[in-house]
Amino acid sequence: MSNAPDPHDDGPVLTAHRAGLIGCRSCGRVWPAEQAVCKRCGEHLVPPDRRRLQYVWAWLFAGIITYIPANIFPMMRTQTFAGLQGSSEATILEGVVELIHHGSYDIAAIVFVASIIVPIAKFVAITWLALVAGRPATVDQAHTRLKIYEIVEFIGRWSMIDVFVVAILSALVQLGFVASIHPGPAAVSFALSVAFTMLSAQSFDPRLIWRGLPLRSRGNSNDGRGTQAG
Amino acid sequence: MKSKDGYDLQTGEGLMACPRCDALHVEEELTAGERARCIRCGTVLANPRSGAFVQLIALAFTTMVLMMGAVFFPFLEISRMGIGNATSLFGVALAFADGFLLPLVLAVLIMIVGLPVLRSFLLLYTLVPLAQGRPARRHAATAFRLSEHLRPWSMAEIFVIGTSVALVKVAGLANVHLGPAFWAFFALIFVNLVSRGFMCQTTIWDAIEDSGGRTDGREMVETPKPETAQS
Repeated sequence: MSNAPDPHDDGPVLTAHRAGLIGCRSCGRVWPAEQAVCKRCGEHLVPPDRRRLQYVWAWLFAGIITYIPANIFPMMRTQTFAGLQGSSEATILEGVVELIHHGSYDIAAIVFVASIIVPIAKFVAITWLALVAGRPATVDQAHTRLKIYEIVEFIGRWSMIDVFVVAILSALVQLGFVASIHPGPAAVSFALSVAFTMLSAQSFDPRLIWRGLPLRSRGNSNDGRGTQAG
Repeated sequence: MKSKDGYDLQTGEGLMACPRCDALHVEEELTAGERARCIRCGTVLANPRSGAFVQLIALAFTTMVLMMGAVFFPFLEISRMGIGNATSLFGVALAFADGFLLPLVLAVLIMIVGLPVLRSFLLLYTLVPLAQGRPARRHAATAFRLSEHLRPWSMAEIFVIGTSVALVKVAGLANVHLGPAFWAFFALIFVNLVSRGFMCQTTIWDAIEDSGGRTDGREMVETPKPETAQS
């Protein structure tokens, strides 16, 4: 497999990797394949290789695991009149429902999209990208995958909204006896979940989308890697 | 072994690889206003603008000044039944300094204040000598690379949206007024957007290299014939 030309690679475009070179992902400079560090910007040079997907999977699992307590535990605890008027705890979902009861549908929609739809869609998208990365694809499929990757990369940070909301509220509403808001454990695990998924998306190498198959770099030192394509 | 177009397939000299799809391009100097896109995936490879360095320096200073106001001026003011609470971000940080949520508050502060300031500083460190035509500072490459790596973690604009959501949530509980610091943050969003428009990493990398900071003598001197870059 490692010597046969891959019919699925879009042939006419010469990549740095196929030319036996290695491109720097930080500044774009091209180096001979054995170069380890980019001399212009100091970035470590890594070939587009499916084995790098381990980082993606590791961060992704960390993100999914921390997302579970983020939904089970309360995001914040509201106390009015030092608990005399009752104190309420709200998870992410309860917070959304509460907002709907208040009649602020637009804000409820923002929170719902930012802290439930986006994280889950991100998990699904990264999983799918990591599964299909480096597998044969047509040019059109590759374009779709790149588009999805760019959306995931762009949208990841916006899930932090809910963490900021809790931070602002708990800082602001410290009216002592009258009302107070305290962050719950879910705030921390949600922040971690967002950070981990961001790291996962960042460790995904979009060059893999365009590589039909794993390394075929002139056959040397890369023999046997073709079997990893699965 | 150079080809007539000034590139070398053995050493990669004079070539540029798309960071998104690895497609090889022949590097060439663009004039201001031109835009080079990757022939395969369409990623913008270079988009130099005239006077970009000076603009970026000015915007970096703007960010620092606005951030100063954002940290020390009151952010939001809240009142209920005569009990009021005006709070600046700095005050918030102090209030949480001994809680068990200190790590969360620290992380939030770093993302909304620390990183924007750090990035502005790194950008100034990189660009000021270049804009003055002096050699780049010794660690300019590291500084600029770090600044680009930190870009997604700098979340001032998300914080502003978060604040609006928080306002609605607290509206039933008490009266809230926006303080000057909120508007400083709001302005930061636009400063950030303009700054992104002027930012062209390829140009800055070339400038760092050309200024003799960390050169290896491989920078492009003359323009090869246009082949891969479309304007």
